[in-house]
Amino acid sequence: MTTEAAVHTDNHDHGHHDHPAWLAHHFDDAQQQFDAGKFGMWMFLVTEVLFFSGMFCAYVLFRNRNPEVFEYCSSFLNTKLGAINTGVLLFSSLTMAWAVRAAQLKQHTLLVGMLGATLGCAAVFLGVKAVEYTHKWELGLLPGKLYVAQVENAVHADHHYLRNVLIVPLIYTVIGLLYYLYSIVISSRLHRQIAGPVFVSGVCFFAGVLLGQYLESGDHGDHAAHASHSTSHGDEAGHDGAASSHSGTDVATANAATPPLTLVSDSSRLLNPDVFVSPVEQEIPRSDVNNQGMAGLFFSIYYCMTGVHAVHIIGGMVVIIWLIVKAARHEFHSQYFGPVDNVGLYWHLVDFIWIYLFPLLYLIT
Amino acid sequence: MSAVTSPITAPVTTEEKVEHHYLNHSSGFLSWALTLDHKRIGMMYLAGILFAFFLGGVFALAIRFHLWNPNKDPDLALFTNQTYNRIFTLHGAIMVFLFIIPSVPAALGNFLLPIMLGTKDVAFPRLNLSSFYLWVIGFIFFSFTLATSGIDTGWTFYTPYSIETTSSVTPATFGVFILGFSSIFTGLNFIVTINTMRPPGMTWFRMPLFLWAVYATSIIQVLATPVLGITVLLLAMERLIGIGIFDPALNGDPVTFQHFFWFYSHPAVYIMILPAMGIISELMSVHSHKGIFGYRMIAYSSIAIALFGFLVWGHHMFTAGMSDITTIVFSALTFTVSIPSAIKVFNWVGTMYQGTVAINTPMVYALSFLFLFTIGGLTGLFLGALSVDMHLHDTYFVVAHFHYVMMGGTLVAFVGGLFHWWPKMTGKMFNDAAGILSGVIVFIGFNLTFLPQFVLGTRGMPRRYASYVEEFQELHRLSTIGAATLGVGLLVAGIVLLHSLFYGKKAPKNPWGGATLEWECSSPPPHDNFSSPPSVGDPYDFSKIEYDGKSGGYVKK
Repeated sequence: MTTEAAVHTDNHDHGHHDHPAWLAHHFDDAQQQFDAGKFGMWMFLVTEVLFFSGMFCAYVLFRNRNPEVFEYCSSFLNTKLGAINTGVLLFSSLTMAWAVRAAQLKQHTLLVGMLGATLGCAAVFLGVKAVEYTHKWELGLLPGKLYVAQVENAVHADHHYLRNVLIVPLIYTVIGLLYYLYSIVISSRLHRQIAGPVFVSGVCFFAGVLLGQYLESGDHGDHAAHASHSTSHGDEAGHDGAASSHSGTDVATANAATPPLTLVSDSSRLLNPDVFVSPVEQEIPRSDVNNQGMAGLFFSIYYCMTGVHAVHIIGGMVVIIWLIVKAARHEFHSQYFGPVDNVGLYWHLVDFIWIYLFPLLYLIT
Repeated sequence: MSAVTSPITAPVTTEEKVEHHYLNHSSGFLSWALTLDHKRIGMMYLAGILFAFFLGGVFALAIRFHLWNPNKDPDLALFTNQTYNRIFTLHGAIMVFLFIIPSVPAALGNFLLPIMLGTKDVAFPRLNLSSFYLWVIGFIFFSFTLATSGIDTGWTFYTPYSIETTSSVTPATFGVFILGFSSIFTGLNFIVTINTMRPPGMTWFRMPLFLWAVYATSIIQVLATPVLGITVLLLAMERLIGIGIFDPALNGDPVTFQHFFWFYSHPAVYIMILPAMGIISELMSVHSHKGIFGYRMIAYSSIAIALFGFLVWGHHMFTAGMSDITTIVFSALTFTVSIPSAIKVFNWVGTMYQGTVAINTPMVYALSFLFLFTIGGLTGLFLGALSVDMHLHDTYFVVAHFHYVMMGGTLVAFVGGLFHWWPKMTGKMFNDAAGILSGVIVFIGFNLTFLPQFVLGTRGMPRRYASYVEEFQELHRLSTIGAATLGVGLLVAGIVLLHSLFYGKKAPKNPWGGATLEWECSSPPPHDNFSSPPSVGDPYDFSKIEYDGKSGGYVKK
């Protein structure tokens, strides 16, 4: 054992002398490293599928129990926006697959371009999603206990949820722009190749928002417009935040006219199916469905599934930016493209899950 | 003590110069905190889980001392009822999530898997380190609940109570979520390592059975834990914004929570016991100095347990209101799990038959496991039978049953494995006589604690109650005395191991005569495990291994 130990005294981090920097010391060769990475990613995707499976189970259970609730509530999801997002994600899968090929062929600029395109598509998706979400919040189509059953009256219409949601992407875009300008000033190709896609993806997000607003206003705009005239901001007393940013004297008059609303949280009121947080109960359609335990539960499942999916999109964007940094440094070649390949697999799975979510949630009716 | 082990204490030649190994490869706090070496990560896990075990053990003793008296008058009780609820919740949650699940795979598994396989490291060393830190963060979240209001839901977080209680369930669920991902990443790492990094000659059926067991465990970790992740995430959302999926007040379904929860938590039982079975396979063979009996059957039965384990979760819910057909199917499937378990037990006994059984510390724990696990397994059949379960559900019989499996099985095997590989991990030999003594005290204390609980359960003592009728007092007191004895036994074991760190003799390369690869590198192993790729042979072929008096260990002929 002494001789063995003596041999080891001069060992170093990279075991063998012929190991290149991109090959981790504990792997024998590039093939083994690639196989391990790819197999690991497949295992991770299996866990992802099982992670989502819990919510798919919940979906099946509650849809099976109350099919009419799902059909009714699904009509509040904008099919056009869902279809556009599906198309955007499918296209991003194409660019991602193309990126893998570019990495293998050492086409560095094309690789950065393709990863940037994928990143941009992800941003468009999130932009459209932001419009969808905030529009539903304005209508009171919130999950579970927060559901306020105001589909016709849209009391939240003036809450400017969207404006608040846009703050973080705006900061992201501004940072991307400043970084891009900086990279031009110092005329660094490396930094320009990283900053460009980041800035463009920020712009893509806002393009998605504009697109979403244009289509959403065509579909549900009349509800919102109607609402702001009729019942107005009755429930602002029950909310914090955006209410303060609202200007105008009509708020005060509206509040005086209708009693302030609060979110129902005590169970005694929930047990009564006819208790809705509405000033004019008769106007509420489908009172058997339109309550926290029915429609509210649908939107719980909707927000959980699409929300967890959106988190995966954001996670994917982070790793794609990491790939862009590596690609801009020309790190990938035919022996080492595992990270691009594996992130690609992940991205296809995120796409794939959306392909299930879209018909299950949007296309029921 | 048999003649086989006594020469270990013989003086070791001191002519060797300072050896280079993983412990002195580099020094300083950061060399440990940022290490990518699976051995150091394993040792950090070991320290962490032993601390968690200590905490959980203190809570266990608190439970037992509270139950010394019937507590008819709550003012005279050791703890208030509310405090008692929190104590048993913390005992369960800490033991399950922080100790047993990571115990064997993350601590011993991390240390041993690459060495037994003959590789330099696991496939993803950075992921390995991040699982450790995820575990630490999960631990902090749990400590946070301990420091703030404390959870009183039991470790199962059943809804709707877990939605209503004012205690800090939300940080606890985030803790569980993070611990879950720590567990997933460890399992993923092990599967990939075993699949893609086996050196030439290491075929599937030349792998030590410990690796088969860890592989089966990893499959469960990867497939079941994500479901727990989404379940506790939904529970947290339930508490934060009231999504209603599990809340009957919003048309949700609390039994769905139980299904989701047990879909993970029943396979998790096999996450806990399978690696322990792997340890026992090694211990039985090495300390009997005889090849394992029925290698392939033991290997296949590990995989079979992992797969069957996914189909039996409903037996936790026989009284929760499932349909008759469902309960019958779950009951029948539950019985099938006993087949691979029994295969293992028979094979271990078959291994000892006509072997040269050395009675040393690891073997004492292994034998202890054999008795306790068998009792635990057989009492499981009572609970799997529908009619009997109606009577025994939620009684001390259940408590005794799963402690026989979890503690008498997993913990005893873990301590046995710790003694077995301690010389390899630290390079020090421990005092064998004192180790045997600890094993005997643990065995006696364990049975004294939990045998009375079987009787209590059949007589109708419900679990989780802070008080009881006076006729149960004698059995409860026996159990408490047993718990104290058990504590003393484990304390002795801890002292023996600590003592060896400072005063232990230097361990030889192969102190027990094992034939698996970890005994071919020095003790403790060098940083890269093997200087040259090891020659892989039959892991249970002891014919070429013989005792060498000079080094105090075994050498290959």
